[in-house]
Amino acid sequence: MSIFQELTNRDQVFEFLTPATSPVDVRHGPILYLEDVNVSFDGFKAINNLNLTIDDGELRCIIGPNGAGKTTMMDIITGKTRPDTGSVWFGSRHNLLTLSEPDIASLGIGRKFQKPTVFEALTVFENLELAMAADKRVFPTLTALMKPEYRERIDEVLEMIGLKELHHALAGILSHGQKQWLEIGMLLMQKPRLLLVDEPVAGMTEQEMERTAELLISLAGKQSVVVVEHDMGFVRSIARKVTVLHQGSVLAEGSMDQVSNHPDVIKVYLGEEA
Amino acid sequence: MWLTRPLQERSTRIFLGVLFAALAIVSVLHVFMPQDSALYVSAYTVTLLGKYLCYALLAVAVDLVWGYLGILSLGHGAFFALGGYAMGMYLMRQIGDRGVYGDPILPDFMVFLNWQELPWYWLGFDMAWFAFIMVLLAPGLLALVFGFLAFRSRVTGVYLSIITQALTFALMLAFFRNEMGFGGNNGLTDFKDILGFDLRTDATRLGLFIATGIALAIGYVICRGIVTSKLGRVSVACRDAEARTRFLGYRVERVQLFVFVVSAMLAGVAGALYVPQVGIINPSEFSPLFSIEIVVWVALGGRATLYGAVIGAILVNYGKTVFTGIMPDAWLFALGGLFVLVTVFLPKGIAGLLFKPGKSRDASNTPSAQEAAA
Repeated sequence: MSIFQELTNRDQVFEFLTPATSPVDVRHGPILYLEDVNVSFDGFKAINNLNLTIDDGELRCIIGPNGAGKTTMMDIITGKTRPDTGSVWFGSRHNLLTLSEPDIASLGIGRKFQKPTVFEALTVFENLELAMAADKRVFPTLTALMKPEYRERIDEVLEMIGLKELHHALAGILSHGQKQWLEIGMLLMQKPRLLLVDEPVAGMTEQEMERTAELLISLAGKQSVVVVEHDMGFVRSIARKVTVLHQGSVLAEGSMDQVSNHPDVIKVYLGEEA
Repeated sequence: MWLTRPLQERSTRIFLGVLFAALAIVSVLHVFMPQDSALYVSAYTVTLLGKYLCYALLAVAVDLVWGYLGILSLGHGAFFALGGYAMGMYLMRQIGDRGVYGDPILPDFMVFLNWQELPWYWLGFDMAWFAFIMVLLAPGLLALVFGFLAFRSRVTGVYLSIITQALTFALMLAFFRNEMGFGGNNGLTDFKDILGFDLRTDATRLGLFIATGIALAIGYVICRGIVTSKLGRVSVACRDAEARTRFLGYRVERVQLFVFVVSAMLAGVAGALYVPQVGIINPSEFSPLFSIEIVVWVALGGRATLYGAVIGAILVNYGKTVFTGIMPDAWLFALGGLFVLVTVFLPKGIAGLLFKPGKSRDASNTPSAQEAAA
């Protein structure tokens, strides 16, 4: 067969014509894969042989007492802390240990901090604008213009996080709960594949908590969501699969019922609360 | 376009209007008023005002990095002085054989030190275009190298301020040395003309004053263009929550580097316009004290407004001129006292007193926002 025939074959779909998909390769299932990760700070083992796998589209809750290594784990995934040993993969193609924080962010890992961190001197709208998935290099940012489709996208997220009325308010005047939502909204603007959410309902009222739970549940499936939370009621309301961390490694994993009946877990964590 | 956006803003239009009106009034009074009239503006005053405008541009450059990026540079005098030296080298070479020793190539101080030929880094400075490019390039390159190293290592806050201070101090010591080839502690002086115009004539002085005003206008619009762009909002984001900005996918160190280099270049231009007006450039411009003074102007005028920096620079320097005339010893106390008073009673500086910046933003939104939040 000649090259001419091959090129003019109507059934042929050239690779460059297929729509570009996210570079993250999840054909093998997991979107996040941590293996034998160890971190120590001045001799203190914050993370001790941690193994964790998050599937694509999963909503996972991670619980554990203070000092269990939850925040350190997030630091490792987002590139803030480098582990001493072990490997961390995003999909099966990206080795997160070789990438910088902005690289990891633009690959599609969004992170919400424990303490709500929004840009207080900017308006709610501007906060979302900065978070929007876009070319984030210096010169494209300098010449960036607000296009109608960006505005629509921002309005969409404003609707989702219930801050539509406040879009021109400075983020600094928002209540604690609203800041939490704004930060979640900023994550959504990034269009991440994986959301890392650190204590999303800390300081929220019962009602706000319910809305947050709804929001997180609605996200799962489209995105993978990892929630670190102390509030057991909240975890129970959203969790399908729970991982218990203790002293830097996984103590138990399973459904909420399985985990809460696990003898070790009762001993180290739930026991304290009961 | 990011550069034309500021021209549609009310605040920028007011600023440019006031600036150009002041330039026009001073020029008219200087040229058309009889010398014995009370309204006559002398050539001395014109040059003095030109000097204030140079300081104003320098203050705008500092406000860009301090107010919007949160980088407190205590070494911006270094960029100002480098721009000044580049201009000074051009003016030195314009003297030609009219120097005291009459050497057609070598400046006087080199003849005096028995140098046989021009050092390589003085080559090209007889051409105005080359010198003017160096006015931008020399401070820009220093800022690029310094900023690259500092921001890559995530040096911020007080540590960065101290390093910038050390940078300008080190440069001052270096420029004091005769072996450097920049005239040692005497610096460069005895200039004759610029672009063929005699520096001692009133017309040239007026021209320099107007050129400085235009440079300030352009510098202001560039800065305003940056701070009203998305990059300006990213800068504020870097200032207030650096880690958050990084996790959004921005390379904080590159944003800082870009803004820092732009600011250094503006400071260089200010220095270059300053030198022909005061007639000398020497290492004292590198002194840490001068760099700290710039920061005081900005703080007094009001941070993160740009026009506040202009107001602060002009008012403080006017005060300095008046005060050092009446009682020279009291000036530093007056400056210190003013700084304390403004910090305590006017945290937003003089600009916060004159205008209500951000009124349209926080004030109009606060009530409705609080209602909605309640």
